[in-house]
Amino acid sequence: MAAVDGAPVLRLHEVDKIFGLGPQSVIAVRGIDLEVRRGEIVVLLGASGCGKSTMLSMIAGLEAPSHGTITAPSGRTALMFQDAALFPWLTVADNVEFPLRMAKVPRAERRRITAELLAMVRLSDFAERRPHELSGGMRQRVALARALAQRAELLLMDEPFAALDAMMRDHLHDELERLAREAGFSVLFVTHNVREAVRLGDRVLLLSSRPGRVVDEFAIDLPRPRRIEATEVAALARRIGDRLAAVGGHHE
Amino acid sequence: MSDASPRGATTRWIEAVVPKVVAIAIGLGVWELVARSGWRPAYVLPGPGPVLAQLGRDLVSGEVFAAVAITMRRVVVGYAMAILIGTALGLLLARVRLLRLAIGALLTGLQTMPSVAWFPLAILLFQLSESAITFVVVLGAAPSITTGLLSSFDHVPPLLVRAGRVLGARGFGLYRHVVLPAALPGFVGGLKQGWAFAWRSLMAGELLVIVGAKASLGVRLQFAREFSDAVGLLSWMLVILGIGVFVDLVVFGRIEAGLRRRRGLVVE
Repeated sequence: MAAVDGAPVLRLHEVDKIFGLGPQSVIAVRGIDLEVRRGEIVVLLGASGCGKSTMLSMIAGLEAPSHGTITAPSGRTALMFQDAALFPWLTVADNVEFPLRMAKVPRAERRRITAELLAMVRLSDFAERRPHELSGGMRQRVALARALAQRAELLLMDEPFAALDAMMRDHLHDELERLAREAGFSVLFVTHNVREAVRLGDRVLLLSSRPGRVVDEFAIDLPRPRRIEATEVAALARRIGDRLAAVGGHHE
Repeated sequence: MSDASPRGATTRWIEAVVPKVVAIAIGLGVWELVARSGWRPAYVLPGPGPVLAQLGRDLVSGEVFAAVAITMRRVVVGYAMAILIGTALGLLLARVRLLRLAIGALLTGLQTMPSVAWFPLAILLFQLSESAITFVVVLGAAPSITTGLLSSFDHVPPLLVRAGRVLGARGFGLYRHVVLPAALPGFVGGLKQGWAFAWRSLMAGELLVIVGAKASLGVRLQFAREFSDAVGLLSWMLVILGIGVFVDLVVFGRIEAGLRRRRGLVVE
């Protein structure tokens, strides 16, 4: 396992997000303080409605916080959704190349990087296919390669594997763990699945609902690679699940 | 996936052609039956035989092509102007929300206006001239193209726009690389509807606005009626029908099928 060194890649300080004005306003998240260090995988665990997606949108720069500060690697923060959100008019290779084109990387280099990334997610044979010809899991791998093409230091993942079957999900957990170590990026991973959180996280942060706040934190010291069905994973997941239920969240 | 299909190219060709041949045969058969039933005398409603023979003669003599050339030149000019104006207006309205609120309802109103109703005004403004025809063709087609473009923008999945922004597409780049390609199928739909309006407006115009020495399709149709030449009239109608079907099925049909296939919107 590659080292998690001390340098923080992401830092949120007393971040609030309020939607609307006056009596109709809704506090989506309140007083969030969190740090993700280089090479670290941090999981945000909470029920739906705890403002997880709002937090990721703010970190990705798509929305501004109402209060507080966010320090994220500018232009090198990638975001993945539950839907692969591939562009249906582009081939797999052109989808992966997209952020490089936006960054005006020269054509030859774009090709080289794209080929490397497709090999990394084991989709080299599908470079010229269209997204609709791929399975859901393959599409998510393309989305992962596309996110990595941004040379991201920080990968934000919003329940990216929630729509996949269990086998594909296990496989992508392994892939993500491997790629994070190889390419040395950090991950902030959002899920409501407690076992997935224990399977992946170096740390798991528990979020309460309405407003979303960090109510507890667990360091996961189990050795990697972990298996989601291992007894230690299940035992720890049960403990965290009970705690999550106690703070008012539901879980699987 | 098309390359996994066991069906050969020949089979597919037969599947594509046979139903059309059958449809034409049924159409001609019904026409022949009505003509023979004695409902109207043959000099008013001839059967398909003499009409097709007349069409054949006009094709050989080149008269059809001369008329088609005049008519097609008009529709191409008018339609091209409608595309330019309709697209420019659509882009402008998509960007300026206030303008869209103000003009949007007006556009819908324009679309419901039967284009024939514009001709009296067009003739007052431009006399019996090419400009009068072009004016009405553009007014008929441009609103459809504009509304098609606007609704295609409205239907761009927000998730793709979000993904585009996260991946570094900003401002004009976001339009060029995400919004426009995502909106393309809807825009083509608007172009197709615009074409249908342009073609209808032009036919109405050619019957009403007769510009000297220009034997367009509409003029040939009108003269055939005035000379009680039922065979000629029906053969010119076949030409007009043929052009309409060709543009709709062959030109737009192929563009749309290509777009849908590449984006996986079609079940093969």
